[in-house]
Amino acid sequence: MTKYWHIINIGIQNTLVYRTNFIFRSVFGLIPLFATISLWRAIYAGKDGDNVAGYTIAQMTSYYLVITIVDALTAVTEDDWQIAADIKDGNISQFLLKPIDYLYYRLCLYGSGRLVFTACAFLPVTIFLIVQREHFVLPPDWATVGWLAVSLTLTALLQFFISFTMALLAFWVLEVSTFIFILFAFEYIASGHLFPLDILPPGILKVLYYTPFPYQLFFPVNIYLGRVSGTELYQGLAIQACWVVATYFLARFVWSRGIKKYSAVGG
Amino acid sequence: MTRYLKIYGALWQNSVVREMGFKTNFLLWILVEFLWFALQLSFIAVIYQHTDRIVDWTKWQVVLLMSVSHFIQQLFTATFLTNCVQISEHIRTGRMDFLLLLPINTRFLVSLRQVDLGAYVNAASAIAVIIYAGIQLQLTPTLVQVACFLLMCFAGLLIHYALMFLLAVSSFWTVKAQGIVWGYYNLFNIARLPDSAFRGGFKVVFTFVLPMLLVSNVPAKILVNKLSSPLDMLLLVGMSAGLLIVSEAAWRFSLRRYTSASS
Repeated sequence: MTKYWHIINIGIQNTLVYRTNFIFRSVFGLIPLFATISLWRAIYAGKDGDNVAGYTIAQMTSYYLVITIVDALTAVTEDDWQIAADIKDGNISQFLLKPIDYLYYRLCLYGSGRLVFTACAFLPVTIFLIVQREHFVLPPDWATVGWLAVSLTLTALLQFFISFTMALLAFWVLEVSTFIFILFAFEYIASGHLFPLDILPPGILKVLYYTPFPYQLFFPVNIYLGRVSGTELYQGLAIQACWVVATYFLARFVWSRGIKKYSAVGG
Repeated sequence: MTRYLKIYGALWQNSVVREMGFKTNFLLWILVEFLWFALQLSFIAVIYQHTDRIVDWTKWQVVLLMSVSHFIQQLFTATFLTNCVQISEHIRTGRMDFLLLLPINTRFLVSLRQVDLGAYVNAASAIAVIIYAGIQLQLTPTLVQVACFLLMCFAGLLIHYALMFLLAVSSFWTVKAQGIVWGYYNLFNIARLPDSAFRGGFKVVFTFVLPMLLVSNVPAKILVNKLSSPLDMLLLVGMSAGLLIVSEAAWRFSLRRYTSASS
């Protein structure tokens, strides 16, 4: 176990090199966020009541603000590209010889990367939240905060395993970036990044709930906003955990198949 | 001038050969861009399930606006994007020295080396949606309108180019210009939204400093007969000329400071 702590430590030091980059990223990321919030405000201003698809203006604004926070905590940014590059350049050969599990190694690096990014994004995001405070709601109670933490951990694992599996396509194809972008496009809309999923027609929403996408973002945000509770909450968490286990085994399976195909080009 | 046209023709030929070397990849990239476009349109479709208008923009007007934005963005991708991104790579690897020595305007070469052919296909798909939205809105644009529209699209294209070039030139100092594309895409997100949804400082900054709210709003407004005064067109052309001058000044200033990376 200690060796993985070392990896986390190294990961933190390595990503700290990019702190300016991270700060820029988080600041630039706030521009489209602000634009989307303004767009919704304009829509609410043109309506009679304070209600669009069951959201008040404060809830809608909070939705996007919480998305930003969850995104900072759990989004996979560079990891999939690096994994694909490791495979393409033959760098993974060394991990096959060392007593280190590549999946856990990557998970540690992902964790430390998120830690540094969150630290860098903390200041700009907090300032933004303070500016927007009149429309920002806090979680209803402490139990919610606890369940949110559980769900966020599961979200992070889910995000990671899906991206890891996707990057392993590099064993079979030379250029994985297109595949990563196609998946990202689906995630972007089906996980609730673009708009809250429950403003969709109920039929589509039902279908979406059979995919892992809502559990990548929409579900934890809903917990935060207090829109799921009771049995629905426990059920959701159970399904989320199932997806994490399923994607874990998928990642393991694809890895073992890929290793058989692997020919250590340039390694 | 004819010499430069000939050179550009040769660069085109090179790009075609390069792209055809990776045919599947070429087709997949077209698919990726197409998916993102469809995503934006579905966002509009979902929003308009719950409202009739965004300030004074109806559904098909916004669809038209988004397609215009996509059209300009794809033209930009086709001509300039890859090249601007590569500038930092030229500097980092020292290839800039070689480019500077060629008997040709370096900015021309650096900006236009590669053509992204797939983006032209996507630009065509944007035109198709513009026409479809136009039919839904029962528009009958006059020749003057179409001419103005194309002219404004061109001015918008140059604004994107000037801004991206400015960003890329900053890599003379920072060398590693990660996040350039990323930061730029975030800016582009704003260009496809109706300008009347914004007010205050945000609107001022993105009209007069980084004129994202002009780039596609002005040409779209020409088509849907929304343009309140021709002054907007003048402003767009003026901003694009101004930004080009600024980017040229920054380019010259940076080159004077350039001390080569390796070699």
